[in-house]
Amino acid sequence: MSVENKVKEYILENYLFTDDMSALGDDDSFIEKGIIDSTGILEVIFFLEEAFGLAVEDDEMIPENFDSVNNIAAFVSKKTAS
Amino acid sequence: MDMLKIDEKAEVKKIADRLVDLLRSKLHRRGLVVGISGGIDSAVCTALCVEALGAKRVFGILMPEHDSSSQSVSYGQLVVDKYGLDHMVENIGPTLEAIGCYRWRDEAIRKIFPEYSDEWKCKIAIAGQKQGTINHFNLVVQSPSGEISEKRMGLKEYLQVVAATNYKQRIRKTVEYFHADRLNYAVVGTPNRVEYDQGFFVKNGDGSADVKPIAHLYKTQVYALARYLGLPEEICNSTPSTDTYSMPQGQDEFYYALPYEKMDIALWSYNHNVPAAELAVSLSTDEDHARFIYKDIEAKRAATRYHHMKPLLLEEVGIGS
Repeated sequence: MSVENKVKEYILENYLFTDDMSALGDDDSFIEKGIIDSTGILEVIFFLEEAFGLAVEDDEMIPENFDSVNNIAAFVSKKTAS
Repeated sequence: MDMLKIDEKAEVKKIADRLVDLLRSKLHRRGLVVGISGGIDSAVCTALCVEALGAKRVFGILMPEHDSSSQSVSYGQLVVDKYGLDHMVENIGPTLEAIGCYRWRDEAIRKIFPEYSDEWKCKIAIAGQKQGTINHFNLVVQSPSGEISEKRMGLKEYLQVVAATNYKQRIRKTVEYFHADRLNYAVVGTPNRVEYDQGFFVKNGDGSADVKPIAHLYKTQVYALARYLGLPEEICNSTPSTDTYSMPQGQDEFYYALPYEKMDIALWSYNHNVPAAELAVSLSTDEDHARFIYKDIEAKRAATRYHHMKPLLLEEVGIGS
């Protein structure tokens, strides 16, 4: 499964309580759309660390890295490539 | 700062009159119960309740626990003695032990620092504030020999530590309501404006109350009233702390982006649509930082709407007004 789909599935299941993939756009801002609050972002980070074997550094915890499915996918790809 | 200046005499009268009015017209209770922490907010609330109703109709409760600073009871006693209040000292340490507050907290701490034990001290500090990163939390511990270590907390541990320490505020409120029910009094909540606005309270803990006499006042104004009301010097000179963790923890360290005098200015400015550039001047900082502070104020309001919510009903249930 692609990174985008894995992330999207996680968000849909845990924050929107649906499996309807059209309920969330890949570029939708979680913060702006009120889908995920600040605790939720920390939960997402935890999920990524577990699911993709990453370690998120303190200075990487910026909204830009986590605020949409595409942002997260880009961040995960960058981390797993290095 | 001038923007925060108040007419103390007029404000005290306004609050006292309004307390009487609310007791008469809405609450229909005979007096007021105040949890007295030794801090300035509860001290000022006590003084205002006495101003409104007279000391005979105010009941004070001091509720120390294992992690309380020694000052909290001694300062609280100063307040009680000043007004000759009917009061009780209830140590809630045993209750918190029984309900597992300390056990749950320490279990989470040991996931991060396995050597942590009863002889150690701890606190939580917010991280990420200044650098524009997502707010997260570090656990700070101090060994018996005084050595301090700090590590970022995983979400699960953070939530567990906060949930456990939330027991403190919730048990205290339970005790306050016991005495209120027993005396047919109403319960006072003591948050100041910044705490109320920024959701810095425990839902159904210190966030719960029948009336909140200083929730409209900035902290600077609370200090001004404290001096006007002649509260003990020690209390007037203290800095805001949470008195929740065994290591001293400033509220700004734990939660706010700034120390209280600057937080007041920032929140006042936000509420009065002051441009970030002007706030930067007031705070002697740069515009980027001022903009970040405004964003943080909004973010904390959004994140803590949950704390303010009443129970949600699934459809309207009319019970008359």
